[in-house]
Amino acid sequence: MLAFVLRRLLATVPVLLTVALLVFLMLRLTPGDPAAIMAGDNATAAQIAEIRTKLGLDQPILVQFAIWLGKVLTGDLGESFFFKTPVATLIAQRIGPTVALATTTMIITVLVAVPLGTLAAWRQGTLLDRFVMGFSVLGFSVPVFVLGYALIYVFAIQLQWLPVQGYRPLSAGLGPFLTQLALPSCALSVIYIALVARITRAALLEVLGEDHVRTARAKGLAESAVLLRHGLRNAAVPIVTVIGLGIALLIGGVVVTESVFNIPGLGRLTVDAVLGRDYPTIQGVILLFSFLYVLINLVIDLLYTLLDPRIRY
Amino acid sequence: MAFRKRFLAGAAALGLAVGAAGGPAAAETVLKAVMHSDLKIVDPIWTTAYITRNHGYNIYDTLFAMDETGAIRPQMVDSWKVSDDGLTYSFTLREGLVFHDGQPVTAEDAVASIKRWGTRDTMGILLMSYVERAEAKDARTFELQLKKPYGLVLLSLGKPSSNVPFVMPKRVAETPGTEQITDYTGSGPFVFRKDLWKPGAIAVYEKFKGYKPRSEPPSWGAGGKVVKVDRLEWISMPDHQTAVNALISGEIDLMEAPPHDLLPVLEAEASVQLFEWNTLGNQYMFRFNSLHPPFDNPKIRRAALEALNQEDFLKAVIGDPRYYKTCAAMFVCGTTFATDKGGEVMLKSDFERSKQLLKEAGYDGTPVLLLHSTDLVVLANLAPVAKQLLEKGGFKVDMVSMDWQSLVARRAKKDKPAEGGWSAFMTSWVAADILNPISTAGLNATGEKGWFGWFDDPKLEAMKRAFAEETDLAKQKKIAEEIQVYVATEGTTHGWMGQWYQPMAIRKTIAGVLKGPVPYMWNIEKKG
Repeated sequence: MLAFVLRRLLATVPVLLTVALLVFLMLRLTPGDPAAIMAGDNATAAQIAEIRTKLGLDQPILVQFAIWLGKVLTGDLGESFFFKTPVATLIAQRIGPTVALATTTMIITVLVAVPLGTLAAWRQGTLLDRFVMGFSVLGFSVPVFVLGYALIYVFAIQLQWLPVQGYRPLSAGLGPFLTQLALPSCALSVIYIALVARITRAALLEVLGEDHVRTARAKGLAESAVLLRHGLRNAAVPIVTVIGLGIALLIGGVVVTESVFNIPGLGRLTVDAVLGRDYPTIQGVILLFSFLYVLINLVIDLLYTLLDPRIRY
Repeated sequence: MAFRKRFLAGAAALGLAVGAAGGPAAAETVLKAVMHSDLKIVDPIWTTAYITRNHGYNIYDTLFAMDETGAIRPQMVDSWKVSDDGLTYSFTLREGLVFHDGQPVTAEDAVASIKRWGTRDTMGILLMSYVERAEAKDARTFELQLKKPYGLVLLSLGKPSSNVPFVMPKRVAETPGTEQITDYTGSGPFVFRKDLWKPGAIAVYEKFKGYKPRSEPPSWGAGGKVVKVDRLEWISMPDHQTAVNALISGEIDLMEAPPHDLLPVLEAEASVQLFEWNTLGNQYMFRFNSLHPPFDNPKIRRAALEALNQEDFLKAVIGDPRYYKTCAAMFVCGTTFATDKGGEVMLKSDFERSKQLLKEAGYDGTPVLLLHSTDLVVLANLAPVAKQLLEKGGFKVDMVSMDWQSLVARRAKKDKPAEGGWSAFMTSWVAADILNPISTAGLNATGEKGWFGWFDDPKLEAMKRAFAEETDLAKQKKIAEEIQVYVATEGTTHGWMGQWYQPMAIRKTIAGVLKGPVPYMWNIEKKG
């Protein structure tokens, strides 16, 4: 097992190097000039050229890449062009809200989707099943920003129960923390609830049709025990996979939700950096996302061994 | 609301709520504003970005400032005198001015600040080219010794928009203009809390208790800068709809630039009002590239002006006539150097005249490569309208669409249009930036080191220099008029394509928002 973990961790190195190279090249090939953006509208061509030199953007791309990679290998992600702040500091400032949003979203998702999917599988073909599947289709179909604005209109503007926007860290108190995250988490979890509920239902239906479940029922086990102990546990591998991938997606892909609810997380940092062509920030954030993807996939693989004893590494 | 109160009360009762680090004290008055952009760069001399200029007004003070009549009034300066030969300007600072760190503001600070600004700003560079020496005479007095008479000394020191000659401590102002400052000590009405600044999220300012406002009532950037809140928060909110919702729900007090399509929503909201703060407004510009065909030919540029007209642009982008007006004046209607002369060509299209001029110029059908910015609402519809009008006027037009950030990179390229360059683009100016021939970037005719379009026109530069050296206002106006006529006829650098206005949305619980070319944050009070 330890050898497997080490092997997988070592495998992240070429992955991250490839990502680093691709991101670097893609950014340099994308139209846009951070120097022109930073200088402002009134700046002359000479002033822009001067800034470009200061940022090192006048050097050959390979030289720029070598300088950046050299820094990254020593743990230095560079400094934001715009904010004159280390990228690592910017990430540290922004990762909290994103992790908080991802965590609350996933908690809501698991608490709602797994029971819903289980119920739908247990009552396959009934009105309940159709309702759950209908909800899934709806959940997939409604864009998160539409749902977000709808929730804001009802719960923040009309009822005034919850705030429209913003983020308060846990250090500001559990109450403010949760009230700020309630609407974005609900808006964001709908799509994941739809996904996980469908996967749970499908996986469970497959397991419930197997011989060992028939045997369990024939032995007279209670239906709850059949469902939870024999059904859900054996269906756990695909469900955990989807939840794990969901977490990875949430950390890197909550841009719209963070914008609609004005949460200063990594998603917004990425978008702002892309719009401003803040190369060091984009590169740093994408590297982090890649590393997290690899790490989460590793955790999922390790979880398999706990959920299914037949899986060994 | 009751649910939220119960929930928060419950959490507090459980002992779960603790004060947020760096948050305002309970009794503090906090003004929460969403500005047009988030604060990225905090050196207002290094960049011309408007948000950085506005930040500068919060934390720095100016020697002079423009008031609502367009007159230049003393701000940090108490008194000044000009020698009879017009070559020596002597300024004395007000007593009791201090920086945020408690150190007194001295004449040396002012001189160092002027020198740094004079390496970056268009008007500053020109002013410094006339300055023989700038030096402190004593703690509160400094002198500018000129090589020859210059008519724009006070106008330069009191210019309202980027780059504004803000006064910084000498140790900060000695930073080369090519490098960004890292010490944000000012002597302005607010103190920047760098420790609470989260780029892309929030910028926090606190009232500077040591600030000594002038006794006169506030008028634009002049007069008493009395801060009536304890704390100012600029909250970054890139989604306009979210900002509107936050304003309606009372989570913020002020939204600087609500998009025009959301104004009806705000007008219908009882708790919110729209406020016309920037009465000068903004002006659209159609910019030519002089380096390549077809616009390397002045007659073809003139033909383009005949094809364009302001109303079509304004209708397509702003829509509501309450927020735009046509205006023949290059230096903005209602201002000191405004004149209609020569500018009438901007008001209506004459396609036949355009075609005739093209024929006379021998236009060979070389396409106009028109850059189209798609992501900024106030610019997005401009290029398609221009394309249609130019085509009606006999031009062949290739429109290339991109986001604004790509456009600002491409417009800096001097390549031929077919090889990654361009022929024309449209943008918008805050009126305060284009109030005279010197500050108007579009009139920079110094060639390839100048502003995009790279006009090399010694005649225009000579006219500008004559304007700058003229000390009589009436004669300055005459020269400004001649420049406008010249640009509209022979030496066309750009077209001015109409004025538009951006109201601010504020909650009715705040009062005292000032009018001006810049959203000033002093004088605003919260009533509830």
